[in-house]
Amino acid sequence: MNTPNTSDSNTPDGKVNLFQADMASRYRTDGIFQAITWTSIVIALLILAVLIIDVLMDGLPFINWNFLSNFPSRKPEQAGLLSALAGTIWVMVTVAVIAFPLGVGAGIFLEEFAEDNWFARAIEININNLAGVPSIIYGLLGLQVFVRLLGPNGWLFELTGIDITGGRSILTGALTLALLVLPIIIVSTRESLRAVPDSLRLAGFALGATRWQVVHNQILPIAIPGILTGTILALSRAIGETAPLITIGALTFISFLPENLQSPFTVLPIQIYNWVSRPQKDFHDLAAGGIIVLLVVLLVMNSTAVLLRNKLQKRF
Amino acid sequence: MKLDLLIKRQSTSFLAGVLALTLAACGGGEAPTDEATGAATDETSTTEEPAEGGAEGGDVLIDGSSTVFPISEAMAEEFMAANAGTRVTVGVSGTGGGFKKFCAGETDISNASRPIKAEEIELCAENGIEYIEVPAAYDGLSVVVNKENDWAACMKPDDLKKMWEVAAEGSVDNWNQINPDYPDAPLALYGPGTDSGTYDYFVEALLGEDGSRGDYTASEDDNVIVQGVEADKGGLGFFGFAYYEENADQLGIVQIENAAGECVTPTVETIKDGSYNPLSRPIFFYVSKTALEEKPQVQAYVDFNLDAANAGLITEVGYVGLPDDVLAKAKERVAAKTVGSIFEGGSSVGVNLIEKL
Repeated sequence: MNTPNTSDSNTPDGKVNLFQADMASRYRTDGIFQAITWTSIVIALLILAVLIIDVLMDGLPFINWNFLSNFPSRKPEQAGLLSALAGTIWVMVTVAVIAFPLGVGAGIFLEEFAEDNWFARAIEININNLAGVPSIIYGLLGLQVFVRLLGPNGWLFELTGIDITGGRSILTGALTLALLVLPIIIVSTRESLRAVPDSLRLAGFALGATRWQVVHNQILPIAIPGILTGTILALSRAIGETAPLITIGALTFISFLPENLQSPFTVLPIQIYNWVSRPQKDFHDLAAGGIIVLLVVLLVMNSTAVLLRNKLQKRF
Repeated sequence: MKLDLLIKRQSTSFLAGVLALTLAACGGGEAPTDEATGAATDETSTTEEPAEGGAEGGDVLIDGSSTVFPISEAMAEEFMAANAGTRVTVGVSGTGGGFKKFCAGETDISNASRPIKAEEIELCAENGIEYIEVPAAYDGLSVVVNKENDWAACMKPDDLKKMWEVAAEGSVDNWNQINPDYPDAPLALYGPGTDSGTYDYFVEALLGEDGSRGDYTASEDDNVIVQGVEADKGGLGFFGFAYYEENADQLGIVQIENAAGECVTPTVETIKDGSYNPLSRPIFFYVSKTALEEKPQVQAYVDFNLDAANAGLITEVGYVGLPDDVLAKAKERVAAKTVGSIFEGGSSVGVNLIEKL
């Protein structure tokens, strides 16, 4: 400790420097800051642990095969969440299929292809704003556009006889949630593209590559882990949404499974909410069980994406 | 050349990656359900197959109040067990949200914890939706206090008014302000949020048109009210009978002095015979006349609801079945397909169903 201290306070030619290293106080500040950051993570983890332990204690005894394979029932001991679980998976898969290509595509266009003019800037501001719009607003939009205009009694049906969404269906729910998470995916795609050093692009252009070749062969492979992280966050938000789905008319009691994208549906958060607000204590425990199942689905979904990301990351 | 090869490998792996993500993200979550689906199909295959092969008219679409939901859920569950092939779905958009869908022709039956309002009547009329109003059950709004509260055993509607009226806001905060006999104890009020039907009925029955004070602890989840009153010695709250019944051990019930001057505890009997007034209320479902005429399964479902043999289901989920005479009137109404509302857009407070139906 002493050696760097003395060398710090003396210039190479031996004169005494006015600069006081004061290492003790600097290390102290360092220590205090470290303690603060450490405390914040402990508090965050503690809260998470309390929540998870509480839910596990309430819900774990109720998780069994019947719980996963039964439809909702008025009798807590017979009630299950099969229709909600199936609905959640249908919706999330559809959301991923719709939102991932659209969001990544829009992000690439805005970051790599669009010229920097007022139009692009207007789009940028709007996308950033959309990321902060409350989810219920997307629900209202979905109700009007996907249920009313594109549904079985809608304007498009009267015009052409085509019923796209089937009304209050999985497709409607997925489109609504896809709209909700698109801004997040676009913004994170742009962030990760921006993090790729410009020298790589310039090197590509210098070798005579077209813009598409540069993006496709050089930039995207480097940016894809970041893009996937953004997508994971976006889908994690979508899986917990209740309000927009209730607004578009997702059901609460349904005792058959979805057959196609136009089927009526319910999702886990709606089922959980319904059970939590029931008077009977047993339903509250079922809700805890539902939360565990939702957490597991979320973890499975995210860890798949994380594994995939790590795999991709190693190659580049 | 080398560089070229490298680039190619990268691009293919990227594409493969995207594909794999889409598949795996889906597949990963789907794996457990595939099995679940398989197992469930065994049990429910009888219900599902006829629905697919049969007419699309095998569906009964219900939406509306969350208060009525438990009844619909119980009825739908048993109805489907008895009528394989019919599919009943129930949504919970709230009474108002339910009517919006119902009056747009999107549902067959709309659950309601209050009678249809004038503007909803208008909306239905605009879209040519005619409906039959059917009482489904009774609910008794239960006023509860903390277990340790030994003074508020029986209260007059006027006492409750003193507590909850707009004028009490910010000024009435002690039990002894309600009645000089009550001890000096801080008063804390808990109740459902202002957009719930339960709140509406409470206000209409006790306070009139002005509404209630705003400075009470409002919650959309009645269980929060239960917990609040349970933990607060000076607490008072109200909610549906089912929530009291379920938490009777933890809470004290307040008897309400009825029009005849008797102190009445809400029970299945007192709510059913009307002696628990003015806080017992009917809850309803509204059936689309077109659906009733054109979809035999809707007719069957409504009949199932009004079958006295199924009244036990209503009690099971914490509500009070209709008295025989009201049930008979309701059946007549459905049989005669009498459209319109007996409340004409007004409130159900103080309306005698037997006289009006």
